[in-house]
Amino acid sequence: MCLAIPGKIIELDDTTQSATVDYGSGTKRKANVSLVEVKKGDYVLVHAGFAIQVLDEKEAQETLALFREMLSQGER
Amino acid sequence: MFSLRDKRLADDIISQIAKARVRLRFMHVCGTHQDTLVKHGLDCLLRRCGVEIGQGPGCPVCVTTPKEIEEILLLAKQGKTVATFGDMTRVPGVSSSLQQIKAEGCDVRTVYSIEDALVLAEKQKELEVVFMAVGFETTAPTTASVLVREPPMNFSVLCCHRLIPPALQAILRMGEIHLDGFIEPGHVSTIIGTTPYEFISKEYHVPQVIAGFEPLDLLMGVWMLVRQIQQGVTEVENEYVRAVKPEGNVKAQQLLMHVFEPVDVRWRGFPVIPLSGLQLRGNYAIYDARRKYEDELQILTDEDVAEPTGCLCGEVLRGLISSKQCPLFGRQCTPENPVGPCMVSSEGSCHIEYLYSKK
Repeated sequence: MCLAIPGKIIELDDTTQSATVDYGSGTKRKANVSLVEVKKGDYVLVHAGFAIQVLDEKEAQETLALFREMLSQGER
Repeated sequence: MFSLRDKRLADDIISQIAKARVRLRFMHVCGTHQDTLVKHGLDCLLRRCGVEIGQGPGCPVCVTTPKEIEEILLLAKQGKTVATFGDMTRVPGVSSSLQQIKAEGCDVRTVYSIEDALVLAEKQKELEVVFMAVGFETTAPTTASVLVREPPMNFSVLCCHRLIPPALQAILRMGEIHLDGFIEPGHVSTIIGTTPYEFISKEYHVPQVIAGFEPLDLLMGVWMLVRQIQQGVTEVENEYVRAVKPEGNVKAQQLLMHVFEPVDVRWRGFPVIPLSGLQLRGNYAIYDARRKYEDELQILTDEDVAEPTGCLCGEVLRGLISSKQCPLFGRQCTPENPVGPCMVSSEGSCHIEYLYSKK
């Protein structure tokens, strides 16, 4: 139920608060973006047809490095 | 896009958890977490390191009460067009499910989003469309988003939304099981942020980690809980920083509280949990199916709607037993012929156990 799928906003219509989200592998679908502040190119989490949060691309890219750093602190 | 499935890092995390030499029991409250744990065999790996993880009441379809199922069945039988999410249509009521009564001619529509139900009501004004709104804080803002747009009067909502933090508190207050920590649901937390969990760590001294849904997210979440326990601290940590901000989604929270107010509700397998449900506020009560069809629904009471005979979904949802400990599991109760909702929903622990475990 609380499943949310990450995707990239490739088209945005501010008047209808609707976006086309690319989920990769050719899957594209409309999503309502009224719950978030977004711009074209943002990555969002989509749940039940609504974007519920903007994903932080920088945080995502740094996640593995962060994990390694935390583990090394744990070993001390 | 992005996946956290690096085997070497997974081995490193597992080895650090093993080195801690602990015997701990954690609970998560999310079907997607359960899916990741069982699908990737993490539950077995962690058990070997002394960490047991069970799924609590973290499946909206599973915690929907027998009375709520009977309410929607009754409305469908009385000629309303019922729209809801896929899993909900297969949950058995006392004598049938939405799927079964659809085969008998009732108008039951499976929708991907509440917006699909709204479009149906807008296009076919002759239909009385009732959307059965299930889901936690992740889903409730989507219902709110539609209701603030003033949908047509042939559209209403049977509100079954529930809130996660009061359920966590109920588990601890009931004291039926000992828990050493909670893994908190990532997508609920994208909406509510980190603050609503803090009272649990303060009042009950239970560590909590908000985790994402990739295998490494969960392993890290477990390791962070183990680390808190080793360091003697109990706080709310956020592993899922790429999606969960400390303040959550403020716009969604404001919309949710504008449309809904918290109320005391039952959860399947639980007594009434204070302020754990949502009902429509006064301005939106015209869309409340329970109010709109009050006369038709008044024949149902809590007392005359019982759990299915022999079904232990309540015990599974309270973390008292694992799915396999239910005598019906895999015998009378299978995904093809489910007795209880935990075997129906793709987020239910029985369904997930059946899907991935060796038969």
